[in-house]
Amino acid sequence: MTTKTAFIYDWVDERLGLSEIAAFARKKTVPVHAQSFWYYWGGISLFLFLVQCFTGVLLLVYYRPGAESFESVRQITYVMHFGWLIRSAHSWSANLMMLSILVHMFSVYFMKAYRKPREFGWLSGMALLGIASVFGFSGYLLPMDELSYFATKVGLEIPAAIPLIGPAIANMLRGGPDVSEFTVQRFFALHVVVLPALFLPLLGFHLWLVQKHGNAAPPSEAEKPVSERKTMPFMPNFLRKDLAMWLISLNILALLASVFPWQLGKQFDSLAPAPVGIHPEWYFMSPFEMLKLLGMVKWLQGAPGEIAGILLFTMGIALWVMIPFYDTGRDSGRRGRAAHYFGLIAVFALLATTAIGYWTIR
Amino acid sequence: MSSHIVLEKAAVKPAKESEKSTRRAFLVAAGAAGLCYTAALGYPIYRYLASPEEIASNATAVKEVSLKDAQKLPAGSVLMFKFGASPAMLIHHADGTWASISAVCTHLGCTVQYEPQADRIHCACHGGVYNAYTGANVSGPPPKPLKKFNVVVGENSVEVSRT
Repeated sequence: MTTKTAFIYDWVDERLGLSEIAAFARKKTVPVHAQSFWYYWGGISLFLFLVQCFTGVLLLVYYRPGAESFESVRQITYVMHFGWLIRSAHSWSANLMMLSILVHMFSVYFMKAYRKPREFGWLSGMALLGIASVFGFSGYLLPMDELSYFATKVGLEIPAAIPLIGPAIANMLRGGPDVSEFTVQRFFALHVVVLPALFLPLLGFHLWLVQKHGNAAPPSEAEKPVSERKTMPFMPNFLRKDLAMWLISLNILALLASVFPWQLGKQFDSLAPAPVGIHPEWYFMSPFEMLKLLGMVKWLQGAPGEIAGILLFTMGIALWVMIPFYDTGRDSGRRGRAAHYFGLIAVFALLATTAIGYWTIR
Repeated sequence: MSSHIVLEKAAVKPAKESEKSTRRAFLVAAGAAGLCYTAALGYPIYRYLASPEEIASNATAVKEVSLKDAQKLPAGSVLMFKFGASPAMLIHHADGTWASISAVCTHLGCTVQYEPQADRIHCACHGGVYNAYTGANVSGPPPKPLKKFNVVVGENSVEVSRT
């Protein structure tokens, strides 16, 4: 550093505390072991979220919510140069982000990275996943084509099934008794203002925690003596690898978005029958299918089945969220094993119900 | 700050010629790849954002506009219409003559208005005045006359075209 740049650095440092920030950034190390690959998925999710912000702002340039929403998406897709590509990238990136968040969540779960002192990391991550799925649900309606119309119609039947207050909640979300331009207008406000305002500070908190506590080593690694454990500094070594992953993600996204452009269906018509083969987005397939399967049980047919399904699903999610307080890693490993099997059952149930869901579409 | 200088010197090992050239080759390749990515991402985004401008400039290529039922326009009144992307006036003068003149002030681009009482064209932004028959700039800041179009009054419509 020349004296002049050193002088400027010192001047800024005295006022902003750059050295402290740099020391905080350097503090983090990443464990190196056979499962290190799973550490990339949080970063990939973050990259795809940034893509969402960027392409989302570009779509915002021409999108008009309300009665004109379908027409404006048609314009973006067919009239504006490369509009189809930007919309396609937004949709593909949304799906890839859900996928990478799920991979990230399950890898954290099975590496037991939610244990002390990372409970808040787990809780904030679950909240982020929750908001991401509301992002997905609200964004899906915005084009107001046939598929998004019916997906929203059916999706809002789930809160509507809650006893007593359900219909009021559903009406509040819809802005009326049926999905209409009022629904798309408020989903738009949710999608571009409310959800980002909730998501961004939570994301900052989540990332700050990761930086503070570093990546957790899985129990098999943590058992080893300190001398046998290998780590690498996050700055700049792991960051470089992270960025390489971002580049790979960008290439995959670009390929998918341009080779398989996202389709725009027919404009919704509140009098038209639901199209054949309609189904929820893949990340909602499992809960949808679970509700359907429970509704088939003889003594649960109709409304009791729906309520039982919602209860069961809510309880499952609550248990999943509270896992750090059950499996604290303090006892001899019994709870750890139980949590592991609970995780395996959850993965199996998700995959099986998703598969059944797709199998029974036609 | 001498400690900084010492650290920097220690970090850079004296590199051999071959090592130096591979590093340079790597940096050049990485820079070229970075430029390619920037171009590949930047070009579609630029075209996407520029779409309305391109659509508008396609509209400017319009040579002729047909105004349906405009022949019924009463004498001493004006009809505002779009010639391509920009506003224009069809004036039916009190003496029965017709004129079609661009409505974009040549000073700073405000839309001008026809004043039937004074039989003149006036720009409210900075007080420019034009002749309502020829479009010539009469007084005020406008540097140039308004563009005048050809008018053909038909039985069902008025045809306006570029001169």
